[in-house]
Amino acid sequence: MLLLENGHPVTDRWSYATEGEALGTGPVIVPLSRLSEGLGRSAGELGVMLPVDESVSVLRGALPRLSLIVITFPVFRDGRAFSQARALREHLHFTREIRASGHVLPDQYEFLVRCGVTTVEVPDNTDLPVWDRALHQFRVAMQPSVVNEKPTGFGLRRFLPA
Amino acid sequence: MSADTMIREEVVPVNRQVGLYAYDQVDRTFLRERIDQFRDQVARRVSGELTEDEFKPLRLMNGLYLQLHAYMLRVAVPYGTLASRQVRALARIAREFDRGYGHFTTRQNIQFNWIRLEDTPAALEVLAEADMHAIQTSGNCIRNVTSDEFAGAAADELLDPRVHAEILRQWSTLHPEFTFLPRKFKIAISGSPQDRVAARFHDIGLIARPGPDGRPLFEVFVGGGLGRTPIVGTKLRDDLPEEDLVAYLEAILRVYNEFGRRDNIYKARIKILVQALGAEDFRQRVDTEFSAMDRARYRLEPALVQAIRDRFGVPAFEPEGDAPALLAQARKKDRAFDAWVRTNTHPHRAPGYLSVVVSLKPAGGIPGDATAEQLDLLADLAERFSFGELRVTHLQNVVLGHVRQDRLYEVWQALSVAGLATANIGFITDIVACPGLDYCALANARAIPISQKLSSRFADLELQREIGALRINISGCINACGHHHAAHIGILGVDKRGEEAFQLTLGGSGEEDASIGQILGPAMSEDDTVDAVARLVDFYLVRRNGTERFLDTYRRIGTAAFKDVVYAPA
Repeated sequence: MLLLENGHPVTDRWSYATEGEALGTGPVIVPLSRLSEGLGRSAGELGVMLPVDESVSVLRGALPRLSLIVITFPVFRDGRAFSQARALREHLHFTREIRASGHVLPDQYEFLVRCGVTTVEVPDNTDLPVWDRALHQFRVAMQPSVVNEKPTGFGLRRFLPA
Repeated sequence: MSADTMIREEVVPVNRQVGLYAYDQVDRTFLRERIDQFRDQVARRVSGELTEDEFKPLRLMNGLYLQLHAYMLRVAVPYGTLASRQVRALARIAREFDRGYGHFTTRQNIQFNWIRLEDTPAALEVLAEADMHAIQTSGNCIRNVTSDEFAGAAADELLDPRVHAEILRQWSTLHPEFTFLPRKFKIAISGSPQDRVAARFHDIGLIARPGPDGRPLFEVFVGGGLGRTPIVGTKLRDDLPEEDLVAYLEAILRVYNEFGRRDNIYKARIKILVQALGAEDFRQRVDTEFSAMDRARYRLEPALVQAIRDRFGVPAFEPEGDAPALLAQARKKDRAFDAWVRTNTHPHRAPGYLSVVVSLKPAGGIPGDATAEQLDLLADLAERFSFGELRVTHLQNVVLGHVRQDRLYEVWQALSVAGLATANIGFITDIVACPGLDYCALANARAIPISQKLSSRFADLELQREIGALRINISGCINACGHHHAAHIGILGVDKRGEEAFQLTLGGSGEEDASIGQILGPAMSEDDTVDAVARLVDFYLVRRNGTERFLDTYRRIGTAAFKDVVYAPA
């Protein structure tokens, strides 16, 4: 699995918790069912996986302690996680990393970012230039988003960052 | 170099077009980039990098369907309005990439049925040169926003809804959050109390009117629809202020995206969610989202709306003069013209003007089809007689919005030569039909041949005038693209043990007296169905009171008597 940020591969310093094993002390991503166990650790950064059928509000109390939230696409056609990402930014004012996992297409990259997603997990054998192009080939969007792009000065349109 | 220094933004575009939003360089850049993206996607599909499963939603996003025999390209006609140069671009696509014709749909779009996959990026370029696109004419996203075909012209209109339709078009175009919804999502908007957009049969239907301070207010209907489960929409708001229009629609879509069913495509439309939750619970969830959201981000300030409005050209009407008198003279001289004026025109708000409905339903013809030559002629007529503007109706006809009354005779003569002057608007042969099994992979039965048989059977215009207002809609399958539930007489194609057969529904209406047609009885063969319609009409002619429409007689007498006419042994 590769991790993309802003169109390029970056080092993934996080690891997913292994079932039946203790969490350790490094940056770890836990399933929602182990959130309190994660919060109980005395040290180490904490990430959590938000199931696609959960409301983001289940994370409200834990939010100040979370450095990463992973949202999941069971299949690329299932767009619920777009709303989860947007709600984390707009309703819960979460400012740290939101990571997209599961089945996503490069053609959705721009939408993910505009909904507030920071990083995307992609297969090792993916065609990287396609992802980079998918994110950077557009200069204009037709509506505002939680990323607060610069208005064009007309209508609801926005200039996308280069 | 930053993006905004590369794209020039015109504050006031030079060429404003009557009835249409004028694109600037920013809008054109947007389209250009999206066509490049689609060309890249087609290449990745052809090379095998994308599976058909992965390519499908991407091509659908660009209006490309795979039908029975070929790809079909559906082009968006936002709020049903076209400029002459756009109509000519459509004619060019019909000629260069199709078999010389296009088909106007029940959602104010036009589709081309014989497109090659490799040609689609080039066809999209032809569209883009005319500031058009096929984005979101299919797929599980917000579809083309439809509006009243007499917008900005009708005498009964309170507010021209096209400015807000344009705002919604822009807002919904490649919306990052709402492009992978549970199912398709259709919005219609009207500014007249006479509902000509079937607002109550849309996922969201909007009826605009001016408020006490002159600022627009919107009635909001949600969860209406036809298809397998016909439902009349629920009114969510009576007086939504303009500044909250986009925010409130965001809230509705957010609730739908989160809670709409994704396990069964036949239960995935918002109407099913509204029914499952109940109107009150649904409203509550929308209100909760609406009060929690960052409303400022989506607020429509008056200046923003005005800036969009300023990009619409406004017709410069001439004084009435003796136009009505000259029209009256011409009508007196020519009875055929007089009959056409009576059926194919609509009252205009400006004295001395009328709107003209051009029938795409000639006797024995295919509803909604137009040849490249007819499209070119319509473009010319729009240019000469209607400020260069043509409209598409959801009943598969086209409209010249602003024709001066003393020039109507010229228009009629030109239309007559091209076979476009059938005086049958609102009559029994003004039939709505989906493409059916002749084209569509979903259909159970052909909709076109039965439509042609009915059209031929009732071709006599004297007879049609005697029958009066009667709407027949035909769908080739239960998905109901022909809106058969919303017709006085609906015809639904079904598969009866491997044979094409047709079910009748009676008593539907898509207007402000919206109702859903009821199934009359077992399905019949194509010819028996045509005969049955003829018997229903004869029965109505005998039983009607005064000027009662077929629909009124049916509602007064009830189903049983009409059922006997079709099914009782002679």
